[in-house]
Amino acid sequence: MFQMLCYSPLALDIPSIRRQFPILSQRIGAYPLVYLDNAATTQKPKTVLDAMTHFYETSNANPHRGLYPLADRATQAYEDARSRVATFIHATRPEEIVFTKSTTESINIIAKCWGRTLRAGDVIALSVLEHHSNIVPWLQLKEERGIDIAWIDADGTGRLNMETLEKILGEKHVKLLSLSALSNVLGTAPPLQDIIAMAHRAQCLVLLDAAQAVAHHPIDVRELDADFLAFSSHKLYGPTGIGVLWGRERLLDAMPPMLGGGMMIDEVDCDHFTFAEIPQRFEGGTPPVADAVGLHAAIDWLTQFPWQEIEMHERSLLTTAQNELSKIEGLSILGGTSQERSGSLSFTLDGIHPHDLAELLGQRGICVRAGHHCAQPLHRHFAAPASTRLSVALYNTEEEIFALAAAIQEILPPFR
Amino acid sequence: MDLYAENILDHFRHPHRKAALTRHSVELQEKNPSCGDSLTLMLRMKKNTIEDVGWEGEGCAISQASMSILADALIGKTIEAAQALSPKDILAMLGVEVGPRRLKCALLSLHALRNALRKFQNLPPTPWREVLPNA
Repeated sequence: MFQMLCYSPLALDIPSIRRQFPILSQRIGAYPLVYLDNAATTQKPKTVLDAMTHFYETSNANPHRGLYPLADRATQAYEDARSRVATFIHATRPEEIVFTKSTTESINIIAKCWGRTLRAGDVIALSVLEHHSNIVPWLQLKEERGIDIAWIDADGTGRLNMETLEKILGEKHVKLLSLSALSNVLGTAPPLQDIIAMAHRAQCLVLLDAAQAVAHHPIDVRELDADFLAFSSHKLYGPTGIGVLWGRERLLDAMPPMLGGGMMIDEVDCDHFTFAEIPQRFEGGTPPVADAVGLHAAIDWLTQFPWQEIEMHERSLLTTAQNELSKIEGLSILGGTSQERSGSLSFTLDGIHPHDLAELLGQRGICVRAGHHCAQPLHRHFAAPASTRLSVALYNTEEEIFALAAAIQEILPPFR
Repeated sequence: MDLYAENILDHFRHPHRKAALTRHSVELQEKNPSCGDSLTLMLRMKKNTIEDVGWEGEGCAISQASMSILADALIGKTIEAAQALSPKDILAMLGVEVGPRRLKCALLSLHALRNALRKFQNLPPTPWREVLPNA
């Protein structure tokens, strides 16, 4: 699974962490803001906001283009961010880091550029845990190129059926397995290392959708032995508008660009062009430099805390949530209670639709997500049209979980 | 007025005309793709008039109450009168303040009605943006 690090226990100072997030101190009417929709996007610490403002105030220019000192500073800031991301996920080289606008774009680059070599009958494997952004690009390839998609099912707890995977890998020539590293609905993670080893034995590449995993667990692409990995900055305490695609150098190097434009070319004449080296090949257009600076600051901010402390704190929040929610009559947690959960927890509640629950919680200052969370196949798997999801971050407290459970009890009676 | 007023919750808990019609002239399902709420509306027409209404569905209190209230209001209406119903009319029937966030929930019933009437007249369905100009 994820690399576990050992540190001497040092309790996180949550009140001090909360003070670093300007948005968290506001009230919604009479209620304090309780932000439990972190799987959708996290809030940003002051240090991220300051780093971006500082960039615009001191170093803004178009990177990799100008021949003046200011442009050097912008280029430096952008490339420093790339190197920081590379060390953060233990990539071999910074050139393996492509800046995109989102996890979605990162996955689409793989589907559209790497996928260009696929032919009718080639197989891509997906699991029922996947977010739509890791389903639709492959369905598009199915329509365009006639590839097949093989689905890995799951049991009632959301655990993937390893026999299905074994069977798929054994019977078909699966070119790529694209897999969520942490479910955005269930908060459970597949046994990544085992799965990747199995896939590689069958000459199948593995793309990990780490959109959810990245803020909750350390990621080491070399230890995982993954081939591609995608995540977004905004779920990692960084700004919106920038995402990351990591790929093995030799794989990225063999791929054509997706967007044609500036930055991605080597030479252009009137009827011909050659494209640039990686990673610029995939970064057509002026890149989101200030956002890269913000992402850099977010990684610095998050990694000042030991991963073990982050994992312990968030796990304890979800354990409290499971305990408190289980006391509510008619409430069922998707996938059941689990000690292995991190990030998200979703549930259904008899008598009240998730939208009504989320609306009424919102009126009490509590932010949760309602709906299918861009994971319709998974909701179909659990025969639930929609659910309510709470998702935690480093700045959440036990008190907020208690407030959520109490508010649900208060909201329920008129619906039953 | 509170979105979850007593009349809304009443219709949600005890929806009116929520049953399939054994005989109907047209049946049409509409969904709100952003949340998965769905309504299947059945109309029995007598010449130009809606003689009976039945529906099935799943979703939030707002979408279901809206359908329940509209179903009652449709009985005896001519096609023209039903077609003329506007989003404003539906919101007036609900009698609560519906913010932009829940407008689609409140108007799913109208969307289903309009397309059911169009289907009955062999016309192609209209998209959401016809009901919700800014959606």
